[in-house]
Amino acid sequence: MNCKGVIHELSNYLDGDLDPGLKTELERHLEHCEDCTMIVDQTKKSIEILCDSRPVELPSEVRSRLHSALRQKLSSRST
Amino acid sequence: MFNAIFIPEKGHGAPVWGFSGALSTPNPHRLPSSIAREDEHLLVAAAKKGDAAAFEELVNRYEEKVFRLTRNITGNREDAEDAMQDAFLKAYSHLQDFHGDSRFYTWLVRIAANESLMRLRKRRPNQFSLDEPVEGDTDLMPRELEDWGPSPEQGYAQAELQGILSEFIEQLDPEFRIVLVLRDLEELSTQETAEALGISVPAVKSRLLRARLKLREKLNRHFRRGTLH
Repeated sequence: MNCKGVIHELSNYLDGDLDPGLKTELERHLEHCEDCTMIVDQTKKSIEILCDSRPVELPSEVRSRLHSALRQKLSSRST
Repeated sequence: MFNAIFIPEKGHGAPVWGFSGALSTPNPHRLPSSIAREDEHLLVAAAKKGDAAAFEELVNRYEEKVFRLTRNITGNREDAEDAMQDAFLKAYSHLQDFHGDSRFYTWLVRIAANESLMRLRKRRPNQFSLDEPVEGDTDLMPRELEDWGPSPEQGYAQAELQGILSEFIEQLDPEFRIVLVLRDLEELSTQETAEALGISVPAVKSRLLRARLKLREKLNRHFRRGTLH
């Protein structure tokens, strides 16, 4: 596998979706290619940072309006 | 806001609606999400039988996450609010159509993603298409490669990092943004993302790869060793 192949399979590799043969080929390439190793590691790190990001705070007035609309809907159902 | 708490396994009796009184007081007893997952199916079953407080508890658990989703997809607070509200109202109206084949939250995310997409399309007609053929992957090789050091994010305050990520998501083209949000933030599978968006699995994978590489590129500008921020 060459560098282009690694990039092409990068997401599948990080998601654990690569079939064993391709995974071995990719990891063999990483053993001698510093650039691809850096790309793989940094992309993995980037996804981890994104996943760790906190949810956007729900403004209290938005939450109030949501619950007010729900209350209307739910009370109309129960009557 | 509703104040009733539904804890079925403890048999606290019929939950009560907070129809009067302190409607705007946050519920101090909100359950942690780890517990939420375990009793989610009980809440859904109760809500399906008409238990409004059970549905309210589901809303309480997921409202922040759904708002993040609608905000990230629409890129607009007003649309995000409308999309979130309509998503919860539709989820309630169509609860009988939820058969438990997936997690309730996954089902909810699909509804919220569709509501967000509708608004995005209305606001930006002809500006993007999820149905376009997948472009070739010939020009994906990153050109900017610099050492980040072992824990580059530690040089940033949480709010600062959050700002960088928000700016990145906002600037990303919608067709990449939506896939990244559903896959990496909402943790839908590739198949679930494809189904939610009505596009093929290869299209999801191609867009996700590009979005992730763009994310690395964005962070590279901040994280490369020695860069002042």
